[in-house]
Amino acid sequence: MRTLLLKSLFARPVTIKRLAPDEIALEEVGRALEARTRRLFGRSITIREVDAGSCNGCELEIHALNNAIYDVERFGIRFAASPRHADVLLVTGPVTRNMKIALERTYAATPDPKWVVAVGDCGCGCGVFEGSYAVIGAVDKVIPVDLHIRGCPPRPIDILRGLVALMDGATRRAHNPR
Amino acid sequence: MQDVTIASLLSRFSPLAHHKPWPRYEVDAETWVRIGKALAAGEGDLLALWGEPKAVHMALRVASAKPCVISLAVAKRQFPSIGIHHLPAIRLERTIRDLYGLRPTGAQDERPWLDHGVWGVSAPLGPRTRTEPAVATGYAFRPVHGEGLHQIPVGPVHAGIIEPGHFRFTANGETVARLEERLGYVHKGAESLLSGAAIEKAGRIVARLSGDSTVALSFAFARAVEAALDIVVPTRAQVLRGVMAELERIANHFGDVGAICNDAAFALIHAHCGIFRESVLAATDQAFGHRLMMDVIVPGGVARDIEADGAGALIAMLDNVAPGFSEIVRLYDDTPSLQDRTCATGVVSRELVRKWAAGGHVGRASGRNFDSRRDLAYAPYDGVAFDVPVFEAGDVDARVWVRIREVEASMRMLRTWLAALPGGPLRTEMPTATDTHEGIAVVEAFRGDVLVWIRLAADGTVARCHVRDPSWFQWPLLEAAIENNIVADFPLCNKSFNCSYSGHDL
Repeated sequence: MRTLLLKSLFARPVTIKRLAPDEIALEEVGRALEARTRRLFGRSITIREVDAGSCNGCELEIHALNNAIYDVERFGIRFAASPRHADVLLVTGPVTRNMKIALERTYAATPDPKWVVAVGDCGCGCGVFEGSYAVIGAVDKVIPVDLHIRGCPPRPIDILRGLVALMDGATRRAHNPR
Repeated sequence: MQDVTIASLLSRFSPLAHHKPWPRYEVDAETWVRIGKALAAGEGDLLALWGEPKAVHMALRVASAKPCVISLAVAKRQFPSIGIHHLPAIRLERTIRDLYGLRPTGAQDERPWLDHGVWGVSAPLGPRTRTEPAVATGYAFRPVHGEGLHQIPVGPVHAGIIEPGHFRFTANGETVARLEERLGYVHKGAESLLSGAAIEKAGRIVARLSGDSTVALSFAFARAVEAALDIVVPTRAQVLRGVMAELERIANHFGDVGAICNDAAFALIHAHCGIFRESVLAATDQAFGHRLMMDVIVPGGVARDIEADGAGALIAMLDNVAPGFSEIVRLYDDTPSLQDRTCATGVVSRELVRKWAAGGHVGRASGRNFDSRRDLAYAPYDGVAFDVPVFEAGDVDARVWVRIREVEASMRMLRTWLAALPGGPLRTEMPTATDTHEGIAVVEAFRGDVLVWIRLAADGTVARCHVRDPSWFQWPLLEAAIENNIVADFPLCNKSFNCSYSGHDL
């Protein structure tokens, strides 16, 4: 382990930063997010992820936000284990009937101010599961949604981009409360 | 494995002509029960058990003959329970009852499984009885009696970025006396959506039953359709399918090895494995235009070719990742504080994995030497030699090692294929269906064998389709694995299984 740690000391970061278009986008996304986040929440927002019926594809990509490549924490975004610690619920779907109550309770347990982001084609619409007796459908049929991030599944970079859009929306709402 | 009873029982029946490639027999109730007892006696593996409105089917694997499907016509909405003889059938029978309203007679456990009482309909694929769009009914967890026991309810919403399910622990201090799972939260009614769907649409649904195994699911679905319709897939498509399936395997194994170590609070390996996984996904994106390679495998072949620079990008990725992974494997092997957590934790016995016919790392870590790529061989695996690592200890550590060795084997396979991709067409045209055709296929996903059974109607649509995720025969063993372990080791055990919730709940 010592050699590995020593090597890591001299290794260059793997975190993406420039060159390819996606990397540039990530850098832009990060800066924009950081400025807005600071204005609203000091320096950070905390996300609680809720799988309300997904195939786990979206979860894989949300997970990736935490790896060393995307390293979402450098922008002040972190994932929490409890909705009581969360500012944002990141919800994947389609919301199944068997998950409806759990989703409603998770929403109720999240303190205001809170934002809900629906992730994935199923969470935003119903995806390929449209018409089933077992699903309610899009997340916004159960709880109010502030932002939709489409994709099947959306790439990690798209999810980051989406969070910036959320910050835009959140800023507007803070200035002009409903 | 002796299969005298099953073989002789079936010799009295002749297989149906339109079911391929395995024979399907329509048997009587007595034979059905005797086969169930033979399974319980260890004469074969139960691969699947599923229903339709007026019949129940089971897929079996026996040692000396071809695997087969046994069907029983159902009268008066009931069929003799196999679960009372062969325990792995219990949850499957509870599911058949929930979905089709067919009652397994004699069954001890009459609790619903996927039906939580809120669908607004009962037996949605059977008589479709309207029910009050009710409040969720209570669920009778098995009682546990004893002094000093307390319960810990966990889920359905879990602490991490993971799928929903409920775990009811009964613990004595730190020691788990019993774990009982309650699943079904992500049931999406897949079988009802598949019935009557066009093949193309059905393929897109099947690809989304468990996102982490989307390639394997599409692969199995495609092969079931191809078996039913006698379609021969072009060589180039076969090899590309193998490439994608192995890429999916290594990406998931990287993620799992990292996540298991992370649950033992060893973040360093997690960080490195996260980079490996991301490297694979970036390369698959470049080669196939989708990070998880969704919807690329379709009946008849593949929907798109690998990008011109795809093979090169994938080989470069392997060159890049392999040395780093070896180093991480050495680190795992050289860190006693980590192995202190993984060794002798969450042990599953050889008897249990055999009885449940548990596939993947769960089975192979407990001495079950089965891999459908080799033992139910299909293209392109029938043309290559590869290692199937098998360990005996049955603990978290053994499940880690199965994954490590499989990554190495998959990388060798990938290099062989990518170095010389065959040319030729990508897809065979689908013939026009004129009659009912049935097909079945098993594909080795990263977590074990996926089974797809399909019946195509004469108009070419999907009449019925059943998908059995490997998790069905792994989830119950997690309950056994955690017994007498401490609560704090549950995440470790759970991650070392990494069962699919969505794939199971369908």
